[in-house]
Amino acid sequence: MNATYLLHLADNALILGQRNAEWCGHGPILEEDIALANNSLDLIGQARLLYQRAAELLGQGATEDALAYFRDVPDFLNYTLVELPHSSALLPTAASDRDFATTIVRNFFYSAFMVLLWDRLQSSSDSQLAAIAAKSLKESRYHLRHARDWLLRLGDGSVESHQRAQSAVDHLFAYTQEFWTTSVHEQSALQSGLGTEVTALQADWNAIVDAALSEATLQRPAAGGYVPTGKQGVHSEHLGFVLAEMQSLARAHPQATW
Amino acid sequence: MNNANTVNNAKALSEWPLWEIFVRSKQGLEHKHCGSLHASDAQHALQMARDVYTRRQEGVSIWVLPSAAITASEPNDKSEFFEPSSDKIYRHPTFYVIPDEVGHM
Repeated sequence: MNATYLLHLADNALILGQRNAEWCGHGPILEEDIALANNSLDLIGQARLLYQRAAELLGQGATEDALAYFRDVPDFLNYTLVELPHSSALLPTAASDRDFATTIVRNFFYSAFMVLLWDRLQSSSDSQLAAIAAKSLKESRYHLRHARDWLLRLGDGSVESHQRAQSAVDHLFAYTQEFWTTSVHEQSALQSGLGTEVTALQADWNAIVDAALSEATLQRPAAGGYVPTGKQGVHSEHLGFVLAEMQSLARAHPQATW
Repeated sequence: MNNANTVNNAKALSEWPLWEIFVRSKQGLEHKHCGSLHASDAQHALQMARDVYTRRQEGVSIWVLPSAAITASEPNDKSEFFEPSSDKIYRHPTFYVIPDEVGHM
């Protein structure tokens, strides 16, 4: 069961890393292109460490590559938030136009949460997870700084940037409700001391989000709406497209090395 | 996408001022000029410099300065600014014998 919680953390990092990497070569300016690629590489690096630890705990020949490339949609335990395309409207595929404001708002919501979660996980009963959390916390702090900075610039920028930022906030906010539900694997990780009580992070997360939204002259949407279930393996239609692209090479050439 | 990006880039270049980036590679060493970039303000420039110029562990500190704040010598002034020193080799401390005890200088 402990490995399942690590897979949840790893899948979040891998899927958002893969999503943000879609900006590679398409960034609004060269420096942002590099910044988003840096963000992706941080996340994929976190995912690797977590998959390696999960593979150790799982045994039976599990490897980080097998966990990343040879599991299917229902096996992935990431938040639905991180698998959504970079478009504020409900468009069906990753090929739809990317919206920078959506990317920024998602990174803001996620990194604000991860800064709090990694901080707690530094005292995990698993010393390896505690070490991964300490390393990842530094990276997530920068991700939060980068996303928050852009959130302010977009929200308090031009009429169009404000409108796009607000529509991204409106679109994504309900998905953050999944942070505060407790899945079976989170419950189990809480009992073993591997994980932490996520609901205890909600007040701090609200404070970070409210302060930034207000500074950015953006409105916090009303609470409520659909509560997603990605971390329990029940995903939106978007994850299949992400996996198809991400896993196709490894599946076409299993056992390949480079 | 590519056409849209070219337009965005052109807009960023014309609307965002240019910043000169200086990176200190190690504690105790000086900040060295390493390049320039367009950014909307100093904080923005600092973050972009972090992502562009220090991602391979090149630095422990970054300075950003508005390029417009630099007053530079004119290439046309080269003859009066720099050439007069070319025949004053006595200004180079190469005519002294350095005692062995001094070691490397």
